[in-house]
Amino acid sequence: MKMTFTRKAIAACLLPLSMAACTSAEKPQTVSSVKPVEKAPAPFPSTYKAYPGVATAIRNVTIYDGEGGKIDNGVVFMSGGKISSVGGPETAIPADIAVFDGAGKYVTPGIIDIHSHLGDYPTPSVEAHSDGNEATSPTTPEVWAEHSVWPQDPGFSRALTNGGVTSLQILPGSANLMGGRSVVLKNVYSRTIQGMKFPGAPYGMKMACGENPKRVYGTKGRMPSTRMGNLAVNRQTWIKAQEYRKKRDSGKEYTRDLGMETLAGVLDGEISIQNHCYRADEMALVLDMAKEFGYKVAAFHHAVESYKIADLLRDNGVCSAVWADWWGFKMEAYDAIPENAAILQNTGACVIIHSDDENQIQRLNQEAAKAQADGRRMGIQISDAEVIKWLTYNPAKALGIADKTGSLKPGKMADVVLWNGNPLSVYSRPEMVWIDGALMYDAKDPKRRPVSDFELGQPGEGDVK
Amino acid sequence: MKHVLYAAAALAAFTSPSYAETIAITGGKLVVGDGSAPVDGATVVIRDGSIVAAGVGVAIPAGARQIDASGKWVTPGVFAGFTRLGLSEVDAVNGTNDKSGGKSGFSAAIDIAPAIDPFRSPFAVNRSAGVTRAVVAPEAGDNIFAGQGAIADLGADSDAVAKPRAFQFAEFGEDGAANAGGSRAGTHLHFRAMLREAQDYAAGRDNFDDDLLKAEDAKALLSVLRGETRLLIHVEGANDILRLLELKRDFPTIKMVFVGVTEGWRVAPQLAQAGVPVIASALNDLPATFEMLGATQSNIGRMKDAGVKVAIGMINDRDSHQLRYTTQYAGNLVSLEKLPNASGLSWDEAFAAISSVPADIMGVGDRYGSLKSGKAADVVVWDGDPLELSSTPTTVIIDGVEQPLGNRQQRLRDRYARPTEGDLPKAYDR
Repeated sequence: MKMTFTRKAIAACLLPLSMAACTSAEKPQTVSSVKPVEKAPAPFPSTYKAYPGVATAIRNVTIYDGEGGKIDNGVVFMSGGKISSVGGPETAIPADIAVFDGAGKYVTPGIIDIHSHLGDYPTPSVEAHSDGNEATSPTTPEVWAEHSVWPQDPGFSRALTNGGVTSLQILPGSANLMGGRSVVLKNVYSRTIQGMKFPGAPYGMKMACGENPKRVYGTKGRMPSTRMGNLAVNRQTWIKAQEYRKKRDSGKEYTRDLGMETLAGVLDGEISIQNHCYRADEMALVLDMAKEFGYKVAAFHHAVESYKIADLLRDNGVCSAVWADWWGFKMEAYDAIPENAAILQNTGACVIIHSDDENQIQRLNQEAAKAQADGRRMGIQISDAEVIKWLTYNPAKALGIADKTGSLKPGKMADVVLWNGNPLSVYSRPEMVWIDGALMYDAKDPKRRPVSDFELGQPGEGDVK
Repeated sequence: MKHVLYAAAALAAFTSPSYAETIAITGGKLVVGDGSAPVDGATVVIRDGSIVAAGVGVAIPAGARQIDASGKWVTPGVFAGFTRLGLSEVDAVNGTNDKSGGKSGFSAAIDIAPAIDPFRSPFAVNRSAGVTRAVVAPEAGDNIFAGQGAIADLGADSDAVAKPRAFQFAEFGEDGAANAGGSRAGTHLHFRAMLREAQDYAAGRDNFDDDLLKAEDAKALLSVLRGETRLLIHVEGANDILRLLELKRDFPTIKMVFVGVTEGWRVAPQLAQAGVPVIASALNDLPATFEMLGATQSNIGRMKDAGVKVAIGMINDRDSHQLRYTTQYAGNLVSLEKLPNASGLSWDEAFAAISSVPADIMGVGDRYGSLKSGKAADVVVWDGDPLELSSTPTTVIIDGVEQPLGNRQQRLRDRYARPTEGDLPKAYDR
């Protein structure tokens, strides 16, 4: 999506002042020579630190653990920023800690959105904020989304308070075949983007199939202007990346190249591929391209036609990050059906519900519930606990952070949402949200609701949003 | 086989749109749609396309076809408050997108009715989600006046327009300013000058200064000026709303309805005092533009509490394809009632905001939007609470005619329920 922004980005590139940037982006960006064996410390390291929390237990609550498990009348106990124990009513709770009674309420892991543009397409959606597409070259693996993310985006607060979102991946846009590195964030406001970066999360790289790249560059009279052009540019670029990697590993001196570093990181298996791709036939081609060059696709995003190749996706171990029911806004979304998620689940393929939207990120639980209901109507029964996995463990897995968050297992980060009713009901909302054990939202306490710099002093800053 | 039957049913419906039988829907939980509480065990009787009676203890006429709604909910069909239904098949494919006629050289004269195409797939998809009527507006081109919109029904027949030229649509605020030379000052000047030209036109062709209007545009605006045609105005920011209310004082005959109205809560008393009804976006809670700095999901609840007449619409929010979000949006406003310091709607108010209230605001409440004797029989039977995410219609009746609930998405679903190919390619599976 984000087509309007893509157009704006093109317009910016056509301005005389920007022309230099447009052309120089195509030249190799020589930086410096390093010895191949040396591993420099990763730049822009995370400075995120969990805020102080108190040992807390919620008891008498319905628990969806994020991995498909459900506990009635359960207990969740967190301390030291981690999940300490999760279990039935018999679970021991230490004396003198904070205890909440969860009667009639539900606990899930923090919600994870694998596809967001908060910060790189923030609100207000003014042109000056349009930082998601470096639409000056069809392959820009050298750009990093974190260098565009505005940590004051008001959208982070809505995702937290209405959506229970505790972690999210911010991606570059889809104008380019290779759009650049993504960044995974903790949904905790910070003065700097480094202060939001999820510690230890691997990088992802955004790729895009189909209409967007060929439209953006075809209309400029550049390659790619067709789907076959998309594949050709991709493959040529992967060939260069293979050569770069070979040179890097040869022990001889070589010149650093930011874009090639990212692509080599993909080939090394250290950077995951997050691939915007709508149509089934194109996903199948990408899977073969990945085999040709020896990389793996972690997830197809906006995969509205995954249901047509659910078996292929299952066999290749690729997740589909999907909306519940978006359709008809562009040609490659024409065959979208609301049973997409259910057919994937029924086939044994990995399902993730994603937003790509600053509004629907506030209701991922509701989108999942709609997809569940559409499945039920075609005879596919998916339990509530399994559906919650679409919003928690599965996105964590596709982001490479499932060992740290995404389910309520002892030792994991205490990223926890207490809902005031079943999260798959339209009538439920987050009541409290903890991130790394720190209470970051409490519906009953206005002081536990973040207000970004942008909204401070504006009308309604004190509102429940 | 069932697909063959569906196709035959669809064909029959398209060839005989006026067929209407006597139907009794029995045993359901009845939602009248006027804001009253649901009642259990009710009967709804339909004859010749209209509601005969709805309530508990209603007699079932001899010969009526009975639909058992035991354990189900029976409601008026959803009246979608602001849409672009039928104006596009694929938004980004220009040839299928008729939302804006702005390059035609005309403005207020544009009549969207012939562009509303009931054979486009959003009709079938949203019909099967319980939407039976929709306010359909054109998008503005290079003018503050976009043209005349219609009330459409979602019946599976060839005649979608229930009421053509039902209103005029105009853009104020940021979009209006962009269409009027780059400043809100231009918007107000254009508004006044165009209405003056329309008056000049009425006074006689010799006086007609046609700088801004063609004669056809002038005729359309005269109807607005005389209060014969409602004027729906897209406005979001508090200041723009207040300045529009001033404009209304200068043109007291114009029947204004505001659309969008994200910052309405900031000026709710003034809106209530002016008696201007609102078709608001339910869940806008982000400062997407500087005219929405005060966005909050409590907006509709607060306006309602201040005495403003408020319906739910979805301007510029997937408004050609996803009318089915209307019930979800209403449900979200109900959920706010459980949050401290938030303002939402009660369940009964929320359902009224997607049925009788928008119909009343559009001046067709005497015919649509509630299940009362004499009104059009737009009735939906749901398998559960219609605002809940898990619920879906089991029967949809429009103008007394039971509708086919199939659509192209379901055909794709059935083809790929098992994704692997069988003895023949998927292309043979239908």
